[in-house]
Amino acid sequence: MSDPAVSPFANERALKRLRRRRAADRRFKWYGRLAIGFALAALTLLLASITTQAMSAATYHVVSFDLDLDKETFGGLKTDDPPPVDKVYGLVRADLLAQFPETARNPVLRHELSALVTRLAVLPVAREIVRNPREIGMTRQVQLPLSDDLDLYLKGANARHLTVPIGRVGAEETNGVLTLTGEGAFKRLIAAASLEGMQIQDARSTGSILMTAGQSTLKLSTLDPSRIKGPLLTGSLQDFRTHPVRARLITSPESERTVTDRQIAWLLALKAEGRVSRVPHWSLLTHTDSTQPELAGTLAAIVGSLLTLLVTASLAIPIGILASIYLEEFAPRNRVTGLIEVNINNLAAVPSIVFGLLGAAVFLGAFGLPRSAPVVGGLVLALLILPVVIIASRAALKAVPQSIRDAALAVGASRMQTVFHHVMPLAAPGMLTGAILGMARALGETAPLLLIGMVAFVAEVPNGPTDEATALPVLIYSWATQAERAWEPMTGAVILILLVFLIAMNGVVVFLRRKFERRW
Amino acid sequence: MLSQLGHLPMDFLLLAAAVTLASFGFIAGRLRAEQFSFPGDIHPNSRPNAHGYFVLMWSLVPVVLVALGYIFFGEGTSRAILRSELPDGFSILTPGELTTYLDTVARAGRIPGFLSGEHVFDTVTERYGEIRGTVNIFTLVFALALSIAGMFLSRRCLSPGFRARQHVESGIEWFLFLCAALAIATTVGIVASLVFESLRFFAEVPFWDFLLGTRWNAQTSAEFGALPLFFGTFMISFFAMMVAAPIGLFAAIYLSEYASGQVRAIIKPVLEVLAGIPTVVYGFFALLVIAPAVRSVALWINQLVIAWGLADGAVLAAQPTSALAAGIVMGIMVIPFVSSLSDDVIRAVPQSLRDGAYAMGATKAEAVRQVVVPAALPGIIAALLLAVSRAIGETMIVVMAAGQRARISPDPTSDLTTITVQIVSLLTGESEFDSPKTLSAFALGLVLFVVTLLFNLVAINVVKRFREKYE
Repeated sequence: MSDPAVSPFANERALKRLRRRRAADRRFKWYGRLAIGFALAALTLLLASITTQAMSAATYHVVSFDLDLDKETFGGLKTDDPPPVDKVYGLVRADLLAQFPETARNPVLRHELSALVTRLAVLPVAREIVRNPREIGMTRQVQLPLSDDLDLYLKGANARHLTVPIGRVGAEETNGVLTLTGEGAFKRLIAAASLEGMQIQDARSTGSILMTAGQSTLKLSTLDPSRIKGPLLTGSLQDFRTHPVRARLITSPESERTVTDRQIAWLLALKAEGRVSRVPHWSLLTHTDSTQPELAGTLAAIVGSLLTLLVTASLAIPIGILASIYLEEFAPRNRVTGLIEVNINNLAAVPSIVFGLLGAAVFLGAFGLPRSAPVVGGLVLALLILPVVIIASRAALKAVPQSIRDAALAVGASRMQTVFHHVMPLAAPGMLTGAILGMARALGETAPLLLIGMVAFVAEVPNGPTDEATALPVLIYSWATQAERAWEPMTGAVILILLVFLIAMNGVVVFLRRKFERRW
Repeated sequence: MLSQLGHLPMDFLLLAAAVTLASFGFIAGRLRAEQFSFPGDIHPNSRPNAHGYFVLMWSLVPVVLVALGYIFFGEGTSRAILRSELPDGFSILTPGELTTYLDTVARAGRIPGFLSGEHVFDTVTERYGEIRGTVNIFTLVFALALSIAGMFLSRRCLSPGFRARQHVESGIEWFLFLCAALAIATTVGIVASLVFESLRFFAEVPFWDFLLGTRWNAQTSAEFGALPLFFGTFMISFFAMMVAAPIGLFAAIYLSEYASGQVRAIIKPVLEVLAGIPTVVYGFFALLVIAPAVRSVALWINQLVIAWGLADGAVLAAQPTSALAAGIVMGIMVIPFVSSLSDDVIRAVPQSLRDGAYAMGATKAEAVRQVVVPAALPGIIAALLLAVSRAIGETMIVVMAAGQRARISPDPTSDLTTITVQIVSLLTGESEFDSPKTLSAFALGLVLFVVTLLFNLVAINVVKRFREKYE
């Protein structure tokens, strides 16, 4: 074929046809590569987008406060009193108000300021005080999570912003309006602002420029190459004389963001003071669900999922294994067996939501079991994964060679003894992998749990399988459908937690297969 | 006194009774068997333990049966008795209201010493507690009596020649059979609950109005025309198959015919990761990445169409959640269902068929297209049918990314709703079981079950025939 002169394809038309057919062959191969490439790209995109979201929720910002737990306010607390949330939050507010005296006479500003830290954020501290009253009378340093919008702002996810260093400039004050002067000092700022399409004279519609020095911030209202004017948002003239100045351009207008210019100014002041720090977001694992994203955690859902899986495992695994033993080792070939086989194959393909309907009608409706309880969720999921466990266990039993059974029967074992003493131990690793895969499937199921009410807001860690509870995938669903932006990274983080569980389970399966795989 | 007994921890008591009686049974049987004397060379049929297990079996089975009966029917029986004793004044309540009332009574009855202060309610609750107490005591006594009777009767059967092991083994075999038969029970449970609730629904809403009506508005007004839901389900499954069918098939062909063993060993498990990711994660992915992307492409097309003067206004709806976005993500999800089963059937095609094609001078692609794929076609069709069935029944992706508006619109960028979305939105949140609103969810579930069942049965049969042909 390499030499056309001697090959049977000597004529031009045949050669052409051959070339065309070979090209078609190569194209066909590339279609396959493209298909696999698309599937892998989709998987990569999915994992990458979720991991990026989750990474942003892996840390969050906290503000530190020195709370003076004086005896007058907190004295006489007993261990079974409700936690003094309002009193503690009062201290937090008082601290903030003292720090930023410009809010003193303005209720709107006071409201804006206390939005930096939400009221419920002090709940763990308040609980701690009740539990440990010895701390009353001392000053305690606490770190409280920053409100979600400001946290997102600091992470750069909420309102785009960039900073331009200016350096030292002269500063004057007349009636609360500051004037900064410096020969040509603001040329770069003008360039940056016009690059971002911001118009200074009409700043309301195109964003804001804040000038910060030390703990003080002014909001720019007129901008010349050598002169800046604007009202002071927080701090004092002194800072502008003694500290280098930086400009912060926020390109979305104040009316379109969830954080105001003043809140940003206060935040920058707290940050300059070293009171704001970015810490690992452990409360994501130790807190229960909350209406505030910065306070919400997954503990209750993790416990709920574990309880549900416990019920599922204790039903589906033994029943599934015993059923597979019957079908593989004992069942006579008759109509009933055929019917069971058809049923199992079909149940494996029934949509999971139909199992949810079964749970709602039978377990909740007819048997009157409690709504939102892991026991019902576990029952429904057990029925759901039963076919998976049965099919996997049967494959494991099938893989055990007939000679093992024959040998056992030949030395006088009964059929039951053959199966339980000889076949089952050899099939056990395969059965176990099937069981774990079934559990992994159960861990990710959402729809049936929605229908039996496990979507309720649960703020307490469930104590037993009959308590109200929710599960990890359901938590993903409820967080993903919240409106606030801050839930997005949180949802990514929960998904990552769920995937870690799933990867661990599949890792065990791979390990078992490697260790016990046996060719007969 | 009786109402105190209503608060007995029955699950614990029954479990304790089962364990105690079973151990007693075992010991009783074993001790009896150890007393047997065997003169000379005669061997007993069964070892003492087998006798013990025999008695254990007959003392345990009655307790388990009574416990199951109590779990399934205890509450229902108590309520039926209470209902028959209610004074005539209660006859003004509709059956639905009566059920709700009894639910409240049962909940109050579970809290020891609960008093609402309302005389009638507290009297009914008190009486309910007494009935529960009677049922509990009756159950316990009945379980004990049956179990002890079983223990004595079975113990009397024991004799040196008694074939205890065989009896125990056939008992175990029965138990194994029951485990397997649970699959039938589940199907029966599904069909019964769906049909029963659907019949109640169709008593209020005519069947054909439901199946062919074009207005669906179950949440606010009582409009139950499910055609828009069927349309939405069809559209989204169609988009999903447009993604999954070509990609899954070509991936399967490449993996089975072209890829080397090493490549295959890596790619195949990675593709199957797609099937292991929970669907709620796909839903979030659709919401976060694909739906905004679809929307911006749609907006861009709108601008282009206007700029070129092809239309005056926007041609695409470009909703934030769209049928196309849900369809694409669902397609990605079902790729492994298509590829892995197709891969299996393509590999099951005998090598001799390929060799024959090569011998005729076919290129590899020609052999695949004209010989291998036609030979594997039944299996491939089955794989596609299973994938369609999976797409129709898929819930979380569409709940999160498809929308709630029931309408018939050919625009892929508008939001459509599906059967599964409506089932979820009708059944989440507190609602009583008797309104047509909740019952309609079961009618939808019945449609979903029947349609997926047809797809599955056809697919399973086709695969079975295909296997028989080549293996």
